[in-house]
Amino acid sequence: MADILRERERQVYRKGQANALPLDCEKQSAAGSVSQRACVFCGSRVVLYPIADAVHIVHGPIGCASYTWDIRGALSSGPELHRLSFSTDMQELDVVHGGEKKLYAALCELIDAHHPKAAFVYATCIVGVIGDDVAAVCKRVSLEKGIPVLPVHSEGFKGTKKDGYRAACDALLQIVGTGPTEEVSPLSINILGDFNLAGETWMIRDYYARMGVQVVSCITGDGRIDEIRRAHGAALNVVQCSGSMTYLAKTMQETYGIPFIRVSYFGIEDMSKSLYDVARHFKDKEMLKRTQSMVRTELERVMPQLTEYRKALTGKRAAIYVGGAFKAFSLVSALRHLGMTTVMVGSQTGNKEDYEQLREICDEGTIIVDDSNPLELSSFLEEKDVDVFIGGVKERPIAYKLGIGFCDHNHERKEALAGFEGMLNFAREVYGSVMSPVWQLTPRKRGSSLEVVK
Amino acid sequence: MSSQPRTTPHAPRPNWVSTRNPCKACAPLGAALVMRGIAGAVPFLHGSQGCATYMRRYLISHFREPMDIATSGFSEANTIFGGGANLHLGLQNVTSQYHPSLIGIATTCLTETIGEDMHGLLHEYREKTAGTPSPTLVHVSTPSYSGTHVDGFHDAVRSVVQQLAEADASPSAYVDSFVNIFPGMVSAEDLRFLKEVAKDFAMPITLFPDYSETLDGPSMEKYEKIPAGGTTIAALRATPSAKASIELGRTLRTKSTAASFLQDKFQVPAKRIGLPIGVHESDIFFAAMEKLTGHKTPEKYRQERGRLVDAYVDGHKYLFGKRAIVFGDEDMVVGLTSFLAEIGVFPVLCASGGKSGALARSIAEVTTHVREKVAVRDGVDFMTMAEEAELKELKPDFVIGNSKGAKLARELGVPLIRVGFPIHDRIGGQRILHFGYRGAQQLFDLVVNVLLEVKQDSNSIGYSYL
Repeated sequence: MADILRERERQVYRKGQANALPLDCEKQSAAGSVSQRACVFCGSRVVLYPIADAVHIVHGPIGCASYTWDIRGALSSGPELHRLSFSTDMQELDVVHGGEKKLYAALCELIDAHHPKAAFVYATCIVGVIGDDVAAVCKRVSLEKGIPVLPVHSEGFKGTKKDGYRAACDALLQIVGTGPTEEVSPLSINILGDFNLAGETWMIRDYYARMGVQVVSCITGDGRIDEIRRAHGAALNVVQCSGSMTYLAKTMQETYGIPFIRVSYFGIEDMSKSLYDVARHFKDKEMLKRTQSMVRTELERVMPQLTEYRKALTGKRAAIYVGGAFKAFSLVSALRHLGMTTVMVGSQTGNKEDYEQLREICDEGTIIVDDSNPLELSSFLEEKDVDVFIGGVKERPIAYKLGIGFCDHNHERKEALAGFEGMLNFAREVYGSVMSPVWQLTPRKRGSSLEVVK
Repeated sequence: MSSQPRTTPHAPRPNWVSTRNPCKACAPLGAALVMRGIAGAVPFLHGSQGCATYMRRYLISHFREPMDIATSGFSEANTIFGGGANLHLGLQNVTSQYHPSLIGIATTCLTETIGEDMHGLLHEYREKTAGTPSPTLVHVSTPSYSGTHVDGFHDAVRSVVQQLAEADASPSAYVDSFVNIFPGMVSAEDLRFLKEVAKDFAMPITLFPDYSETLDGPSMEKYEKIPAGGTTIAALRATPSAKASIELGRTLRTKSTAASFLQDKFQVPAKRIGLPIGVHESDIFFAAMEKLTGHKTPEKYRQERGRLVDAYVDGHKYLFGKRAIVFGDEDMVVGLTSFLAEIGVFPVLCASGGKSGALARSIAEVTTHVREKVAVRDGVDFMTMAEEAELKELKPDFVIGNSKGAKLARELGVPLIRVGFPIHDRIGGQRILHFGYRGAQQLFDLVVNVLLEVKQDSNSIGYSYL
């Protein structure tokens, strides 16, 4: 059993345990707990990152730009400005005298060199402390260069990653509503909260095209500034990564009267339900028929192979630790579809309702955890004798060190895991990790004896 | 290098103000790595939560090992009123969770800018916890707006040595039978190599830092809270008693280092030599070992040297006149340049994001036998390197450096030979041996074979013998 810090005792729950919910969550990480979370800047950076025809410039010392250079597997069908790393690289004198002049000069030279459709300026920790007026510099450059130059108030210490999501949405809201909407169909949507990791947005867009739904913009996967400017013309916002995008959707509802629904593209049940929910929203019988036939076609294509994987994976135990809880719901059901049991599930940023919903869908004894850390996670993996751990890069070495399989379901993945095809990729990846012969050599499976095994 | 205006035939080029595709990371990262090289230690960053998480991710992607870095996790209120309470709570929580023997604290740009008094805060914490079993606390000032990850690394080495040496500098601890080695920011395999050489010379050493085990450990049945290995606190306390210090890195001449501190304060003679990469620099290293120990270099290394020179002869025709861009951390660039120059490859550009002020001089020292002038650029980023390659028609046959140069290599249409840190797009960065005749042998075979592969694949014949 893990030594759980006193401050964190109410952030860990085992299903079946009495009086332990609601889980204590949505609070600042305990100092010294080695949280897996990042900061406000990270929240803003991940959300805006995939916008490919904008210049993204990090205002601050070099680290924040170095650590986020080409970090996400967010693909673009055209320009790739998002894959470059730009920083004002503040030096000691800039800290003393202020960084506004440097920011101004950096923005001008980068806009002149790359001709972007917009520029995002991320304010990092010390910018907030030394009092640079980032908004004023942005405004000036915007007037001079004739493109939106958007300040993102993402000082790392000003809250949690969720506050960074909000700062990103605030920047986006400055451009939504500034483009023409004449050619937007009444059967149209914005895809919110898909980031085109490994081309997932393209798969999802294809489904909507086959249903007869026009996609006005994707925020932000394969994102383009002109599309986002037109986003207010769409009839519906379809929100996937609800943690980051619900605020944007709610504000667009208030400002432009656009309703929104929450969806998930992971796992075949959730994928199908998402498409049906969109079709039902439009109350268009033909669209519903097209959706039904498309879902049938896709299922017929993937089911035989999924059944094969299920045979091999039935009874295996999985653990999940992801950023947003919404993805965890889909993963629990996707794993169940493969015959696997989720014995531990946690997230960095879930809220009370999220954890209650997780409790409902999980089996007795499942550990549910908020804002966990390596020591807790490793002890849960050992205790539950997990076969595969699903998380991000920072969770990977915890699993591997213990000789446990791992599947990356985070920003850096190179495999498309959304959609019907994605479920097949997910199954293949889980299978490929769980079934590898290497585990048989690990101390966890056979101890550290060098005896020859027959 | 932005101080010299550059022009194209068409339009004047600006002196770039921004850093575009950086060839460096920030100072606390280097410090965190050093702290991981102390036995029983937990690295701790005094700053925002994101710093620790980003650096963990960056280091994990290279080493592919657990890398826990704790943080005080600054909030807005801490920024206004000071982060002392959070620092104390963080230290307490790390102590109760990890039971470390040492917590190594590095500051960040945020805490340096608001002027946190680390001496005072840690003094308060020590007073508060007096009488209870508490870990040793050491700290280093690493403002990210000053220097690079390499500066953070060396500053941490010096701060740790200074704080632990001063705490226990009793003359009775005088031993005089061992040597301090400060290896710089090198691979886990390089660290193992240094330990092996010392053992073969029958010379006890204190190697610091030593993350050869903590960041390249075996598969485990039970999770280790703090991975085994690292330089012990006792050894660090005893550094003033060494008969000499060796520090690796020619560009360290401009810095106040652990070795220079021990020399100034405790009269421990300091010997600074380059990273032993290639024959020349390795010869200097082994000569230093001979001088310190009075032993001759063991036959094993003489054999390795012999085989290496034999291989240089076998492969020289494939290499002579080839051109390379060398980039990365300054001392790694100096070592690699020395190696390339001695095998007949012309270093058309030696570049680093670091700016010690000593790169050009150090490169000059290791390229005295190169006929053409070698271009050296410090404080540069990858887009500047790419522009320079184009404008000056450098036409390299390959680029050599860390994996952040992958985009540069791709644009130039030449292979990238991955060495140094970080290696994020291949496996095994921590196991690359750069040092010694054996390391040079591996690098040499790699360079020649990469060029032979290009030769074989770039025509329709597909020669069977090359």
